[in-house]
Amino acid sequence: MSRYFHSVMLDQDKCKGCTNCIKHCPTEAIRVREGRAVIIEERCIDCGECIRICPNRAKLAITDPLERLADYQYTIALPAPSLYAQFGPEVLPGSIIGALLSMGFDEVYEVAVGAVAVSNALHRYIESQSGHRPVISSACPAVVRLMQVRFPGLLEHIAPVETPMEISARLAREKARQEHDLPDNAIGVFFITPCPAKVTAIKQPFGERSYVDGAFSMSAIYGAVLRHLQDVADAPPDSLSPALGVGWGKTGGENQAIKKHALLAVDGIHNVINVLEEIERGGLTDIHYIEAQACTGGCIGGPLTPQNPFVARVRMERLLKVLAAGERPLPAFPDDPEYYRLAGPIPPRPTLKLSSDINRAIGMLEEVERITAELPGLDCGSCGSPNCRALAEDIVRGYAESSYCVFKLREKLQLLAREIVDLAHKQPPAMGKPEKHSKDSAIQNKNADQQVGRKEGTDL
Amino acid sequence: MEFSVCGMDFNRAGEAAAQIKKALQLVGMHMDTMRRAVIVAYEAELNIVIHARQGRLVAHIHPDRVELEAIDEGPGIPDIPRAMQEGYSTAPAHIRKMGFGAGMGLPNIKKSASQMRLTSEINVGTRLTATIINQTSGD
Repeated sequence: MSRYFHSVMLDQDKCKGCTNCIKHCPTEAIRVREGRAVIIEERCIDCGECIRICPNRAKLAITDPLERLADYQYTIALPAPSLYAQFGPEVLPGSIIGALLSMGFDEVYEVAVGAVAVSNALHRYIESQSGHRPVISSACPAVVRLMQVRFPGLLEHIAPVETPMEISARLAREKARQEHDLPDNAIGVFFITPCPAKVTAIKQPFGERSYVDGAFSMSAIYGAVLRHLQDVADAPPDSLSPALGVGWGKTGGENQAIKKHALLAVDGIHNVINVLEEIERGGLTDIHYIEAQACTGGCIGGPLTPQNPFVARVRMERLLKVLAAGERPLPAFPDDPEYYRLAGPIPPRPTLKLSSDINRAIGMLEEVERITAELPGLDCGSCGSPNCRALAEDIVRGYAESSYCVFKLREKLQLLAREIVDLAHKQPPAMGKPEKHSKDSAIQNKNADQQVGRKEGTDL
Repeated sequence: MEFSVCGMDFNRAGEAAAQIKKALQLVGMHMDTMRRAVIVAYEAELNIVIHARQGRLVAHIHPDRVELEAIDEGPGIPDIPRAMQEGYSTAPAHIRKMGFGAGMGLPNIKKSASQMRLTSEINVGTRLTATIINQTSGD
């Protein structure tokens, strides 16, 4: 089995083993062992919740360095719509595009433009779809990966429509090939990402390849963009920036762009889990489409965005009003629905199974139940597992021992202490009187003590 | 696995079904078996919450099937064939306002389960047993 690529990594030197991350991971993919967090690769969905919560900044996302631009003859930047919400109200998309060009990109293709094409494709798909309801958005890679691990039964609900990032990359690539007569491998397409899950979606796509070659963290290039804004202050380049496409950067934006259906938007990975559970129980069939985003606020709340998500939301809303007032015509998009089809099937990742043999797994489950009942149920995380039940599972899988629980360890120590005291009272036969005799005399002494006590009690 | 379910406790409704789902995932039940068992467990749990004073939800997991039992202490069902009709509900108006008690619980259970048995005694309680065959067993 091939190894999973993960954007989310651990900085061993910074990790103090504090257990904050294990409590927030939505797939219970982290354990603390030997004073350091350990990520269980198969379960990690790169949502970045651990990056957000780590007080020691020990969790990080692997993105590409800007030097990678030198690997290609012609480079294209794909700014995520959420990038536009990271700046003050005076900075419009044209200026940001100018700054990116000034930083060394040969071209900028706005993901907001591709998002309009995807919205149209989704609209058509929802109209024609009569099977699994509700249709679930494929746009947030952390949600898609969450479903692979925790909700494999819902994978068939995912809209088989590519993400705005992929469609934009494809459109940008084709445009560059035609306009500059370049071979495909001479073109480098780089996404400016608000989150680690997008990096994973590029490095480990569901299809054979991603149309994107790399990703730069929004936070990492933010300073450079700010500096280069001055270069274009006088004459910023044109921007197409359709309001409906830019809106994809925030919660509810997808739904606004798709229109005309019963739609639901949910954000924040734990809220998404609640909604997916509801669908799994057979609910929400009255909803046509669910826009689910792992980050609170949507992509503007991504762990790799520099701005506070609430500030970004206000800026995004204001920007959308400005953009809606000055809409410009967009290029024609391909009509063929196949052009937008998701590149590959999304397979389940059954990483929770205790054993591949169901009989053995049932036996192990019984053991998990038994151990869980014996554990204190405080879910303190001191054992390095996220909760008592997870520790029980880890014990049964052979990854932990019951002594990892500090309370069980205390119990064992108390027993041991009692045994040591008992042993300390035992005399070897060579010393003092024989065992039986001393036992008898001990009983006699005890009885005598009790009589004295009673007497004393009466006197008092 | 056994879970206590308390009548009118909507805050915790669905918790037992979620635990059962997790157990089925750990065991590696077929996805369709899991989906159907979750629907049965949830609807049965919700029936206890809506209609009964208290009850228990019990899951027995076997390689070839999942057996679910919901036993409650409550008013009982006076007319079982009628209760099995889609849309028929005895849930009070305030429960319906919350979006529950649409009269689809028992029909959904019947649809999702391979076998279902329902017995009830007025003013004593109701016992529902449902079996979901794991279709991949023997593969």
